[in-house]
Amino acid sequence: MKMVQIKDLVHRYFRRDDDDNIIETIEAIAGVNMDIEKGQFIAVLGHNGSGKSSLAKHINGLLQPAEGAVYVKGMNTSSEEEIWRIRQSAGIVLQNPDNQIIGNIVEEDVAFGPENIGVPTQDIWTRVAESLEAVGMEAFRMSSPNRLSGGQKQRVAIAGILAMEPECIILDEPTAMLDPKGREDVIRTIHRLNKEKAITIILITHKMDEVVDADKVFVMDHGKVVMSGTPREVFSDVEKMKTYRLEVPHAAELAYELRKEGIPLSETIMTKEELVEALCQLS
Amino acid sequence: MSIKLENVSYQYRDSKRRPALSHVSLEIKKGEFIGIAGHTGSGKSTLIQHFNGLIQPTKGTVLFDGKNIHEQGYSLKELRGKVGLSFQYPEHQLFEVSVFEDVCFGPKNLGLPRDEIEKRAKEALDLVGMDEKYHEKSPFELSGGQKRRVAIAGILAMEPEYFILDEPTAGLDPVGRDRILQLLKKLHEEKGITIILVTHSMEEIADYVDRILVMDQGRLRFDDAPSEVFKHKAELEQMGLSVPFYSFLVDELVQRGYFGKNAEVSAITLQQAKDVILKNWKRNQKL
Repeated sequence: MKMVQIKDLVHRYFRRDDDDNIIETIEAIAGVNMDIEKGQFIAVLGHNGSGKSSLAKHINGLLQPAEGAVYVKGMNTSSEEEIWRIRQSAGIVLQNPDNQIIGNIVEEDVAFGPENIGVPTQDIWTRVAESLEAVGMEAFRMSSPNRLSGGQKQRVAIAGILAMEPECIILDEPTAMLDPKGREDVIRTIHRLNKEKAITIILITHKMDEVVDADKVFVMDHGKVVMSGTPREVFSDVEKMKTYRLEVPHAAELAYELRKEGIPLSETIMTKEELVEALCQLS
Repeated sequence: MSIKLENVSYQYRDSKRRPALSHVSLEIKKGEFIGIAGHTGSGKSTLIQHFNGLIQPTKGTVLFDGKNIHEQGYSLKELRGKVGLSFQYPEHQLFEVSVFEDVCFGPKNLGLPRDEIEKRAKEALDLVGMDEKYHEKSPFELSGGQKRRVAIAGILAMEPEYFILDEPTAGLDPVGRDRILQLLKKLHEEKGITIILVTHSMEEIADYVDRILVMDQGRLRFDDAPSEVFKHKAELEQMGLSVPFYSFLVDELVQRGYFGKNAEVSAITLQQAKDVILKNWKRNQKL
């Protein structure tokens, strides 16, 4: 079964004047179709304002479609009876770690989710221990979240989602506010969850280096999916990526520049090693 | 004309840990474009708050144009008009009903007459590329990048001589980021404003700055031109700083003998890497 299925999804925001009359309608998502298989690592790329964050919120029912439909494991996100099961299957991690942590100590925070869905106490503690271990934060179990770095907080937020035992985790620019070390830790953690626990990952980002290892990339612009494919397929079209206000990985960009000057380099070069190898072969 | 720190140390009062700054000496001359790099907790944010007297050093002296800013009778208010400081996510501090009023807030506080305030606000908004159609909008209707430019205009309207920015590109997409960096370059070149840019990413600023100061564990570890600083790859990595990609790439090509035996080639930016590789390619074609 498909993990997530998005059909002709439209989402609109309204701007209203002081008397609550609608003065502008903004189509944040303008007809998106997407199929995500179980166990995939998916990246959704787009510049700020491309509609990618709205899309993330639709996948676990935080937003409701104006038109079209979103299914998680076949359950419709517009169905009130299903919404809690959907949110249990598809958890979301947001950009700002400070807005998602509520517990006074780390274990309390991680326990919040399973507690809310009525998991028996003994199981809660097993889940908390396992989740913290999975994100490499077990040593901080009794710490105050205030004392953690941004990257550590974000990993605690992920553990909080994991404790709900979801099959899919959506991450909306989880590294935007982190330093390089924190960024690396978070990205490594979600790759591990994908490989070892077969959790479907949907990573929303505009950082290219976080995307190169994804199974599939969707590029969004003006609320539409404008490109999709493997990272290699998507990044080979440097020109097109630039028109969507996106960058490509460094090696792909330099290879592109050198190709323009007549050096015959392959369009599929994405990493430093590949570029070094190709250049040395040519000389 | 400069901001000068002499042997400055700073210890947060409630902290039993190592000092946030230890024995930092440096000088930033008027007209420079400086980058300050360091990992989270390296002391870079504590450091910049010394530049306009928000923090008083536990030990050592801060001099502005040769005068000790913590001496009795020195006007810190005047200093803060000359040394503008933009914190991380400055857009969180926007609060007025309109973009224009928000930018007026700073000069208003300087006690300037209304027409001067408005003239400065208009100029500052022009500089950051927010033309009149945005002036009466609520700051909350703007995109993240636009909000940040409004926040920057708010400081520019104070007409600072030195402008310190803490992570001004954090959270912006590539286009928003380039726009901010281009803006700072323009302020530096056209207005002669001294720019001090704090960042995690040395790669991002390598193209722009004259000099990089690298902080690690409260100490100033490097203070040099980018090309010199990037020679210390192993040390930088150990400090949790990423060395520019193109610098690594060209180093690896050198090691593989791509440029010939014992060639001394290095690059930091995309353009430099492209140039050295092309030059080598053309030479090989001729042979």
